[in-house]
Amino acid sequence: MRQKIGRWLIPVIGGAAFIYLLVPIAYIFVFSFNDGGRANLQWQRFTMDNWLNPCGAPAVCESLGHSLQIGVVATVIATVLGTGIAIGLVRYKFRFRKLTDVLIILPLATPEVVLGASLLAQFLNLGWELGYGTIVIAHVVFCMSFVIVTVRARVSSLDSRLEEAAADLYASPVAAFWKVTFPLLLPGIIAAALLSFAMSFDDFIITNFNSGAYQTFPKFIYVSATRGIPAQANVIGSAMFIVALLVVVTGQVISYRKNKQLENS
Amino acid sequence: MSLDLRSKAELRAEKRKNRTGVYLVSPGLLVLALFFALPVVILLAMSLYVKPPGAEVGEFVPGFEISNYGTVLTAYWPELLRSFFFALIATVLALLIGFPMAYLVAVRLREKTLLQGILLVLLIAPFFSSFILRTQAWKQILADEGFVAQALKFIAILPADGHLTATPIAVVAGLTYNFLPFMVLPIYANLGRLDTRLLEASGDLYASPIVAFTKVTLPMSAPGVFAGTLLTFIPAAGDYVNSALLGNNRDTTMIGQVIDSRFFKIIDYPGAAALSFVLMISILILVTIYIRRFGTEELM
Repeated sequence: MRQKIGRWLIPVIGGAAFIYLLVPIAYIFVFSFNDGGRANLQWQRFTMDNWLNPCGAPAVCESLGHSLQIGVVATVIATVLGTGIAIGLVRYKFRFRKLTDVLIILPLATPEVVLGASLLAQFLNLGWELGYGTIVIAHVVFCMSFVIVTVRARVSSLDSRLEEAAADLYASPVAAFWKVTFPLLLPGIIAAALLSFAMSFDDFIITNFNSGAYQTFPKFIYVSATRGIPAQANVIGSAMFIVALLVVVTGQVISYRKNKQLENS
Repeated sequence: MSLDLRSKAELRAEKRKNRTGVYLVSPGLLVLALFFALPVVILLAMSLYVKPPGAEVGEFVPGFEISNYGTVLTAYWPELLRSFFFALIATVLALLIGFPMAYLVAVRLREKTLLQGILLVLLIAPFFSSFILRTQAWKQILADEGFVAQALKFIAILPADGHLTATPIAVVAGLTYNFLPFMVLPIYANLGRLDTRLLEASGDLYASPIVAFTKVTLPMSAPGVFAGTLLTFIPAAGDYVNSALLGNNRDTTMIGQVIDSRFFKIIDYPGAAALSFVLMISILILVTIYIRRFGTEELM
């Protein structure tokens, strides 16, 4: 009898937890079809207008464009710099390693509000104008630690004998890196870049400290939350969720097929 | 004394190789030094700034005013303690909810690749739909005129004049919700490597499921639990979106909200900097104690 309870307990709690995770997303999706006027607080009637005209509310698409652009730029910089650090840390010896470790871990152990406040203190002292540039810098800093941790795990699990084999076959170090190491690291680097983009795109607290008057999508929602968020924001939130689903599903299908191929060959 | 048997050419090659390492690491490290380490030092300096007599709002001069810390701590110790308390409850709740989720996906559904894949996607995808939008959705779902509040009032769990939003419960629920994937994913990664034959073996040796869980499953997933609790607790302690949207009253104010308003509304830079610094140091101390007590090598 007790065994039976145990068998059912995990799926029931786990399943309920998944519903808990998805309830607000379902709500956002349903209310993206609401003809609710500017506030979109109460269900009025079904309409497709918001989906047909996602830029209908002022500043929605502008702030979305800003966020996408910052996300891409910050992700590219953070991924390149972070991958360099990850490879360097695992494969090479140099002085100040301990210090480097601390410098990587510390941003992860620092709450966003402190990261944001310290950068703001710096920008105020330097007299830099807050806006696009300062947001990108801030995002690169906090995304980089996530990239380093993700890619580093991948580098550590890599068999360094593969590179030695390439060298034995007269590949130059550069050729060995691009022909052997990099392709093997690529899945880890892609995962790190996706994570980095998601963190940047969704960041509010650090951005809020370092953006001045510059609007990003999360900032736009936070500011409009007091008077009601337009349904167009729900459209964009739902669309991003669907795009993310497609991206992750595609990734899973590709890795599934690769595994199948490996099994067959 | 150890004898180095390598030839000069080998040593030179090694040196060249290590120089490549320096080139790889330096640019990123420079960014971290300039835009993480230096700002923290400046934050510390700013927390000691002085307001000169007769100064305008927002005007401060460098100084060494340690009493800034005393002032903000006397005024805001309740918010600081509340932040840690809320973050702690949210972390425990996220663990209680997240562990069965991770176990379900990683162990129970191991054979069912398709369902496992779908649930894993659902776990990651919320990251991409804005978390403020989701928090705001919770606010509307739990609103006084909303379905949940009405239903709870109907079955008299909630008094007729009770609220769900603007309560500490709503804030803690929001924190738990928002950081749940950070708890589940590391535990999932660890449980994915759990060899289920160990559980069968413990069953063969007459261990009850509970004993098998505490002696096998839990120790094997410890690094994931450890990473998950840190990844939940640290951001939760500094968060102010949940307390601002779902709470927004005196009983729910968290330290992040105070820092934000000291910076932007009251323009008290030294006070805000001092509070940020206190928050950072307290978290570092708590995390260090936690790592010393439960830490594993596998974290990094």
